[in-house]
This record gives sequence, C-alpha cells and structure tokens, in this order.
Amino acid sequence: MATVRLESLTKMFDGVTAVDGVTLDIADREFMVLLGPSGCGKSTLLRMIAGLEAPTSGTVSIGGVAVNDVEPKERDVAMVFQSYALYPHKTVRANIEFPLKVRKVPKAERAAAAEQAAAALGLGDLLNRKPGQLSGGQRQRVALARAIVRQPAVFCMDEPLSNLDAKLRSETRAELVALHRRLSSTFVYVTHDQVEAMTMGTRVAVMHSGRIEQVGTPAEVYARPASVFVAGFIGTPPMNVLPAGLAEGPDDERGFQVGIRPEHVVIDDTAPLRGTVTLVEQLGHEVLVYCQVGDTRIVVRHAADGVSGVDAGDEVGLRLPAEHRHHFDPGTGRRFDPGTGRRVER
Amino acid sequence: MTASATAPFGVPSSGSRRTGRVREALLALAMLAPSIVILVTFVLYPLGRAVWLGRQRCDAQARNCRTNGWGQYLDIAQSAEFQHALWVTVKFALLTVPAGVALGLGLAVLADKHLRGVRFFRTVFSSTVATSVAVASLMWLFLLQPSRGVLANIDWLNSMFPVMKRPGLLNDPGTALTSVAVSSIWANLGFTFIVVTAGLQSIPRELHESAYVDGASPWRRFTDVTVPMLSPTLVFVAVVLTSRAFQAYGEIDLLTNGGPTPQDSTTTLTYLVYGSSSVARSDAGLQSGVAVLLFLVLLVLSAVQLRGLGRRVHYGN
Repeated sequence: MATVRLESLTKMFDGVTAVDGVTLDIADREFMVLLGPSGCGKSTLLRMIAGLEAPTSGTVSIGGVAVNDVEPKERDVAMVFQSYALYPHKTVRANIEFPLKVRKVPKAERAAAAEQAAAALGLGDLLNRKPGQLSGGQRQRVALARAIVRQPAVFCMDEPLSNLDAKLRSETRAELVALHRRLSSTFVYVTHDQVEAMTMGTRVAVMHSGRIEQVGTPAEVYARPASVFVAGFIGTPPMNVLPAGLAEGPDDERGFQVGIRPEHVVIDDTAPLRGTVTLVEQLGHEVLVYCQVGDTRIVVRHAADGVSGVDAGDEVGLRLPAEHRHHFDPGTGRRFDPGTGRRVER
Repeated sequence: MTASATAPFGVPSSGSRRTGRVREALLALAMLAPSIVILVTFVLYPLGRAVWLGRQRCDAQARNCRTNGWGQYLDIAQSAEFQHALWVTVKFALLTVPAGVALGLGLAVLADKHLRGVRFFRTVFSSTVATSVAVASLMWLFLLQPSRGVLANIDWLNSMFPVMKRPGLLNDPGTALTSVAVSSIWANLGFTFIVVTAGLQSIPRELHESAYVDGASPWRRFTDVTVPMLSPTLVFVAVVLTSRAFQAYGEIDLLTNGGPTPQDSTTTLTYLVYGSSSVARSDAGLQSGVAVLLFLVLLVLSAVQLRGLGRRVHYGN
C-alpha cells in the first residue's frame, strides 16, 4: 500500500517530448486511470512509475520516497502488460511463481502463494498448462495472478483489456474493480477506452500531448470537463462544441465556445438555432439525431420514444438549455465559468 | 465439355470424371517436371551412383571398377583410417560447435543493446559471413605461419607459447586441429551472429521488461527469458554448425593438408574423401564409400540433435 507522487515529470525521446511536466498525486489504495488517445504519453508515464523509463526531469515518489534512482524490483511495483508478457515456455504455475522465484522465496512458500493467487482468479485447474493452451481471457488472468502473487504496493496496468473481445472486456472490468477492493492496493491503470476509465477509476487523469488536462472523479470529468479536449474525449457521442457566436446567450457568454452534451440538446421547433437533420441513428433504447448548423455538427440524443417524425433532410430547431451549457475559452480551450469569471486551471 | 459427356443437371459422368483426373495428373506432372528433372539429375542420380560406387574398387576416375560387394562398407567402417578420421571429425565438431554457438550468442546479446556505435560492431561481427573459406584460411595462415605469420612473430607470445614458432601451431600434431577449429569458428561466426541476432529481435520486449519489473537480474533474464525463447534458433544453429563441421574441407586443405603427418591430425572424413594427400584419393570407390558413410553419420546425428534438443525447445507460443 502506497501513495504515488509525480512532480514536474518530463520525458523526452530524441528531442520529442512524450511527457511534459506532469504533476499528479495518487492516493493510497486509489484506482487511478490515466486516460488519453494514442501517443498522449500515458504509457510512458506508467513506465516511469514502474521504473522501465528514466525521467528526463522531475521526481517519481512511491510511499513518500523518491524512486528515480531505484531499480524496479526495489519499488514494490507489479506491472501487467497489454500483451500479458507471459513466458510461453513456462507453465501457468511457473509464470505465477516467477516473481517469487527471482526473489528466492522458498519453493513450498511460493507454490502455496501461486496456488492462492491462481485460485483467487479462477485458474486453479490450469496451473500445469502453457500460455499457448489458454484463451485470451485466461492469459489475462494469469498475468494478473503473476502481478498479485507478491502483493506489491502499486499495480501498474498498461491497457490490460485491449486484447479481449467486448463481452469479456466488460466482465473483466468488473473483476478488476472487485480485485482492487479485495487487495486494497494502489492501482495505476492506463487506457484509451473512456468506458474503462469511467467504470473502473476512482479518479481519472485525462492526458493530451504529454500533459494532464484534468484530474477528477469520473462524474466530475464528465459533468465539468476542464477543456474542449476533455469535453470531446469523454462521452459517446462526445460533447457538442459550438464556435463562439453560434449559440445565442447572455452577454458574459459571448466570445466563448459553448459545449453541450447530446442528451441535453432539445429538438424544439420554436428555438431560434436552426439545423438540418443529416442522419438519424436508431440504437434501440435511444436515438441519435445528427444535425448540421452551418459548419458545425450537433448531435442530439433522445430516448427512443422521445423523438418521432424527424428524418434526414428535415429542418429542426435546437434548444440549448442554459443550465447545461459549458463555456470554453476559444484561445486556450480551457473551461470558463461565466458566473464566477473563473478559468479552470489544470 | 461436350453434351454427351455431361449427365443430366450438369453432373459429370464417371467417364468424363476419369478423363478429367488423367488430364489433371498429366498437367501436374508437366508442371512438376522441371523440379523432378533437377532433383533426379543433381541429387538422386549422384546419390545412387555414390552408393553403388561405394561397393566397388576403381581408379581415381571411377573406371576399371571391380565389385567388392556391400561388405566393402563394413570394411571401410572398420578400417583404421576411417575410424581415425571419424574421431578427428567428432573432435573438430566438439571444438567448433559449442564454442561457435556460445560466441555467436554472446556477441549477438552484446550487440543487441541500444548503445552508441553498436551498428559498427554489428557490421564487424557479421562480416565473416561475406568471407569465403579460402580467404579466411589464407588470413589465418598469414597469422599463424611460423616464419612470416603475424602472431607467430610476436616475441612475448612466442616466449609464452614456443610452439607458435617451432614447429608452428598448424604443424604441431597437438595444436593443429584446434588451430583449424579456431579459424573455422571465426569463419562461421558471422552466420551464427546474424541468425542469433534475428532470433533475439523476435523476442517480445515486454518479456524482458516484465522479468525486470519482477526483479530478475540480467543473468536471470538471460537464462529464463533469452535462452528459452532463442532455443529454436540455437538448435538450428547447432545443427547447421555440426553439419558444417562434418563437411569442413577448405580450411583443412589450405591450412594443414590433413596433417601434420604421420598422425594425420586434421584428416576429417571429408578430407579423407577429397583430400589431396588422402589415402582414398586414388580410388573413387573408396571415396564414395566414405562419403556415403559420412552421409549416414550426419543423418543420424541431425536426427539425434533435433529429437534430443527438440524436447527442450519451445516453438512458438
């Protein structure tokens, strides 16, 4: 059990900045998700925590101790890789025992620990198989068992669900959350999948171009995105962001981009903002209506029984209720709360 | 297809099916013919001829033959010359194969690091693959030759190893085979290095990283990750090097001529077949007999290597 603190952490590869001055506090027993698109630096950040990359500058502290110059094995960190990184020539048992074996744990002790870890993940019957004889989900659980067997203070997970099919992924999400509760350890979890971030993380750090855009609970990040990037990255479909001047509003809103979630846009023929319907998507329980307003596309989400008679080519009125509007500075892309006149800092 | 050959509803009749099969077989034969001609001309016929010649005594041009029967193979196998050459060949393989694999693996692991200037070393280490046996042997001759050889004329080396100057490493029965083996290891190093390097690069990086995070030392990562993951490559290299050791000829002919005599310290089986000073030189029948026995020895050895080492090898995931 440990806190993880990153202070002004920067990593450069051949002059290219992968991580740019990141500061982040991860509390003890927290499930912190690093979320962002490919190439945003989230995996590099995780690898610096695990000790697989040395920071160009800044400090990584685990349990209050700076570990920049500490070997991975001394950091008390376990890592689960996207590819699982199982040793294909070893049995499941030997894979799970490996971290204990290299630490010279006596044979009987490590056998017992491996069996316990395997049992915890439902691998009891597979101990003598090789990874090549296992399904993707089983391999993923072996990788988890290998990580939990030595009870590390911090678990680093680099997109561990990416290679699973959709059904197994959603099942494993729940298993990981349960595992986190059971182990009471600190989890740092990297993903580009916002559903994983929203459903698993106690907090989410949204990353973009090597920097952290916003840190908060999944609900905070969804309800009050700190930037246009976060607004556009979280949510399916993402938040509609209208250029300054497109939406009517009070004076202090003028000059700001207006964001509004698709579920908050109302099709109302009396509304002054007019758009042309380009596509209507029936998703069963809900309907997505895509409207074009000038150069801007606005998506409206409605319950399936809430919209009727709207079809592609129709002209509709779009109402953007003031209480659901978000405002962003068009120059910096940062959130602006008109009532307080306050720009949200990172 | 004509209407008469086609049964109702387009199902071919049995007669037309037979014709179709014959036509297909002829077409297949025609397409395979170039390969079959090449295989028969350059592999099967020479092999059959060698096996046949091996039971005869002839002159050097394989003429004026008289049949000795299949028992000639037994006679050859029991002869002192054959057994001596077989023992020399085995010693040569034992000197070259383990050392060659170990050196190639060691250099490949060193050059696999992402260090400044490592490309230069990769080029140097793999350069011997582009060096012919003749050139490599001449180079070693320039190094080891007692009167003008570079190594043989370094004073402090001479005082430590007087054999380098008198009679010379290649002329001393105790050191000749080892010296030829060293030149052979050097000549094969490029091949081993390239193949092992390719094998190393196919090992997923995450396996090493996972072991590193789990606390494995560099040696542990080498023994628990690198070597098992490389095992198919290492077995392949070992089989090829063994085969090369059993067929080594050029370096022996150029460096020692199968000698030094009278011990024939470097007369391997291949040298016994072709060597300019070999006792079998003047008899194509004996040469063929030794060659066929060498083929059988190599066949058995490769099978044993693949079966024996194969059990410990991990292929794929």
